[in-house]
Amino acid sequence: MKLRGRRPAALVVSALLVLGAAVWALWPSPPPVKALDQRITVVDGPRDDQRVSLDATFFSPATGGKAPAVLLAHGFGGSKRGMRAEAERLARQGYAVLTWSARGFGASGGQIALNSPDYEVKDVRQLVDWLAARPEVLLDAPGDPRLGAAGGSYGGAITLMAAAYDRRIDAIVPQITWYDLADALFPDATGAGPENGVFKRMWAGLFFSMAVDSPLAPGAGGLGALAGATGADGPGAGGAGGAGSPGTPTGGAGTPTGAPASPGTPGAPGEAPAGGGAQDVQCGRFLPAICAMYQEVAETGRATPAAVETLRRSSPISVPGRIQVPSLLIQGKRDSLFPLAHADANARAIAATGAPVEVAWFDGGHDGGDGEADWVAERTAAWFDRWLKKDGTPAGDAFTVTRDGGRDPGTRRPVLVHASAGRYPGLAGARQSTVPLAGPDQTVATPPGGSPAAISSVPGIGGLLGGLGGSAGISLDMPGQSAAFESAPLSAPLEVTGSPTVRVRVRGEGDVTLFAKVYDIGGQRPTLPQGLVAPLRVKATPAGTAVAVTLPAIDHRFDAGHRLRVVLSTTDMGYASPSAAAAHRIGLAAPALALPTDPSLRSTGAGLAWWTWALPLAALLAAAVLLLTGRVRRADTPDPESAGVPLRISGLTKRYRDGELAVDDLSFRVEQGQVLGLLGPNGAGKTTTLRMLMGLIHPDAGEIRIFGRRVTPGAPVLSRLGSFVEGPGFLPHLSGRDNLELYWRATGRPAGEAHLEEALEIAALGSALDRAVRTYSQGMRQRLAIAQAMLGLPDLLVLDEPTNGLDPPQIAEMRGVLSRYASGGRTVIVSSHLLAEVEQVCDHVVVMHRGRLVADGPVSALLGGGAKRANGARVRLEDVFLDLIGDKA
Amino acid sequence: MSAGYAPGRTLPLRVEFVRQFRRRRTLTMFGLLLALPWILVVAFTLGPEPAQQSSLRLSDLATQGGLNFAAFTLSVSATLLLVVAVALFCGDTVASEASWSSLRYLLAAPVPRDRLLRQKLVVALGFSAAAVVSVPVMALLAGTLAFGWNDIRLPGTGEVIAAASVLPRFGIVVGYALVSQLVVAALAFLLSVSTDSPLGAVGGAVGLVIVSSIMQAVEALGVVREFLPTFWSTAWLDALAPELDWSGMTKGAALSVTYAAILVAVAFRRFRRKDIVS
Repeated sequence: MKLRGRRPAALVVSALLVLGAAVWALWPSPPPVKALDQRITVVDGPRDDQRVSLDATFFSPATGGKAPAVLLAHGFGGSKRGMRAEAERLARQGYAVLTWSARGFGASGGQIALNSPDYEVKDVRQLVDWLAARPEVLLDAPGDPRLGAAGGSYGGAITLMAAAYDRRIDAIVPQITWYDLADALFPDATGAGPENGVFKRMWAGLFFSMAVDSPLAPGAGGLGALAGATGADGPGAGGAGGAGSPGTPTGGAGTPTGAPASPGTPGAPGEAPAGGGAQDVQCGRFLPAICAMYQEVAETGRATPAAVETLRRSSPISVPGRIQVPSLLIQGKRDSLFPLAHADANARAIAATGAPVEVAWFDGGHDGGDGEADWVAERTAAWFDRWLKKDGTPAGDAFTVTRDGGRDPGTRRPVLVHASAGRYPGLAGARQSTVPLAGPDQTVATPPGGSPAAISSVPGIGGLLGGLGGSAGISLDMPGQSAAFESAPLSAPLEVTGSPTVRVRVRGEGDVTLFAKVYDIGGQRPTLPQGLVAPLRVKATPAGTAVAVTLPAIDHRFDAGHRLRVVLSTTDMGYASPSAAAAHRIGLAAPALALPTDPSLRSTGAGLAWWTWALPLAALLAAAVLLLTGRVRRADTPDPESAGVPLRISGLTKRYRDGELAVDDLSFRVEQGQVLGLLGPNGAGKTTTLRMLMGLIHPDAGEIRIFGRRVTPGAPVLSRLGSFVEGPGFLPHLSGRDNLELYWRATGRPAGEAHLEEALEIAALGSALDRAVRTYSQGMRQRLAIAQAMLGLPDLLVLDEPTNGLDPPQIAEMRGVLSRYASGGRTVIVSSHLLAEVEQVCDHVVVMHRGRLVADGPVSALLGGGAKRANGARVRLEDVFLDLIGDKA
Repeated sequence: MSAGYAPGRTLPLRVEFVRQFRRRRTLTMFGLLLALPWILVVAFTLGPEPAQQSSLRLSDLATQGGLNFAAFTLSVSATLLLVVAVALFCGDTVASEASWSSLRYLLAAPVPRDRLLRQKLVVALGFSAAAVVSVPVMALLAGTLAFGWNDIRLPGTGEVIAAASVLPRFGIVVGYALVSQLVVAALAFLLSVSTDSPLGAVGGAVGLVIVSSIMQAVEALGVVREFLPTFWSTAWLDALAPELDWSGMTKGAALSVTYAAILVAVAFRRFRRKDIVS
């Protein structure tokens, strides 16, 4: 029986499972990408006389045919292997992609020249030549492929430089890269240029050590941020880059250097050539000139004009007005190596040529962050779709900033939102707001040896700390080394987008190195937005030197009630600071902090999804439909003729779903005052009939009328029916009395109609009445159930096997009870298989067999009016019954 | 019909309430729910002080004060204990009558089927609501007695909000917990109508909730997960964020109401047409 209800549900569930599995299996898998490993020999050098073999991989466009090409460049310390996932993604989107290990990296030969126009840029030009000869590549003109270039960090710079030197490149997406490498390594917040700048010691050291082969090659971890373009290839790429190329080439023209080793396997100690010597350990795969330059500046901490010249030759600053192609500049908010100002400078330089430029500040960079690999890949692909495929992809937003979007309510994980504006305002912001600062002049000490140093962000470990690397990161100022100037609590939230500026005055003698930063005060601890500081070198005078300080570019929301605190400290762990002890006084030259904002930046995706209101409405509608259409309506036309007939059954049929015909065209009637016996062997359909009589089961055909009213589930006329069918049904935790009382109250009828005491008398439970029903014997429950059926003295009483479980005296008593009950003009139907019992109690019988009526009439008539059997004994009901069902069997 | 009979007076709520309330499992469940905060208080008092005071997880902030403790108690009980309680009250209500055979006598009394279901649903939801409310309220009482009436420290940011101003937020939390349990209640109720086994109805509802929470951990499902009935079950934490964010709770409530409306409607429809054979 239970199975019947469950079968459709099980069918639906299995159908869904099959469907799901089919969809899973048949879902179109992305077309496979064909990758062709290739060694491409290029000739470069100032005199174009050095032959170098580059390790490259060409990915054919998955869509077939001729397609635009994309050059994907890797980050410092990485190799072409790190770009594979990104390359395959672009190839699947219909681009021919070329990745290569830059000279001095991976399995490529040559030495690192820091994206020099004489070396790396010339290499790329020849890669473009190679691409132009590929049959898969779409050409704008003979030898001029439709070409884009993208890459992060070191790879981003080569993208820019190549675009400046090779007109065949049509669109670029440089990421987390520099505008002026000299300024990145020797920044100065007063705008006096790198010669006056403060050496970014830790980053520079990490940067240069990446190229040195060592048995303890830099493993995975934070250093990978250098190689990882945008997080797409993960920190592991750093490990690949630092290994696998034994020996420093001795530079003979025409000999491919750096035997192709298996990249990614840390160089075993034995691989280091014995003759390498100090030069190898110090310079690794750097060009000796670059190496010497680095050693000089690192020792002195000052940039020489020659060094600035060398670094700038590798920087877009040296090619003003020559980058004229559509550029999407993606820069990291968590980047103390190449901060946002570099993308800003690139954007201004490129936009000045009239080329379209979009700028995005994402949650990533050399200090870690989310990386947003998918988002960066999508923006990159959309940029190339627009400018290379020219398929009508709409322009993105000119300026996009990734911001904290709170937590995802489902997963409780932080989510990022992208705020965008139609115009890139630059670091000065679309608007300026000014916050007054206050604070006395303060004396700060430069500690001897520059230690202990304040901490803003620690290069290389940002990636390890992940999300902590930025706003909530580690920042620490040493006592006595810093001057602080604070604002009043903000009356409204302030969203700063760009570089704040402040004017300070420094009194004292000689040069002083300072690090300026803006803290957000008011949270649990002071927060240094994005972990950034702006270093400056000031020549102090006793009268005071006033300088305008450009603070780091940030995108940060200062909440209402928070304060802004400008701090100038004399040390920072990431930078070189003078080792001589000194003391200076620092005060505000103007008591105000100018803060750029961009109110036009709007987050997208805010607002509620449409389904939050549509779904509940649709569900309520569906629920209403379910309820209204499911209403069982049967016209109840009272039959006045049979209003006095306690029970009339006509044509009653019930077939269970398993096909068994339980009741088959049953018709009989019961008159008032009768005690009717309903007889039949097990399975005759007696109980099914009684259940239909109670409105529990829906008949398939025919009808039952009680006092002329048709029986349907819950029909009011059932209130004239008292029933006891298929055993008692009580709440086991309640006493017998409570059960009867609550049952009566559930009928909703007045307590006065219950005749509870009469019923309890019949139950004859004595003191047990107040015990929980679960303690009762079967006979006690039986009597209590009969008493419940008699509550309210119903006009029609139906009892199913009432004497089950009763002892002989109780049976005799029950007989009397039933006779007395019927004598009051009420009607009793007793279903039983105890024929002797029925014979003694009933005046009429209905005999059923296999769902059909086989006999109907007064007991006396059935017994043949007292006829005797052949042996002289009186005819018993049992004999008649056996005859009846025997006949039909 | 009998003179005193009126369909609208059958099975009054008070009667159904008494029938259900005196059950041992009802009393045990409420006892457990009311004891849980005290057990947690004892656990926190006996346990060693957390070594790292700067941790901002909800569990480490629990001893900061009554409000923090109540939030923690709700967060640990909402995912399973309250689900079990709600599934018990709503899943047991019809199925247990069927298993006691008392259902047929109620229906033959006669209590009209729609009315029987309606009254039972109202009482079951009432018990469920009492269960959901009693845990945080008792936790607030226990936490306040044990750890004091302090301002709440928000998890994650560590921000401190005045206790008085966060009380309305706490009301939102409890309200959302109520709404989000609707789907469990409706599911259990539908199973209760469909089966004669109380254990099957309660276990089935809890089981489906567990399956749903497992599915929501599969990130590969993408946006589909958002439509799992349990996906937004922790969205009430947004009410304790520095800035009250309604979006998650709105989505969760919308989804819960959606599922509940359909499941309850199906339950009524099934029960109307069902042949009662228990």
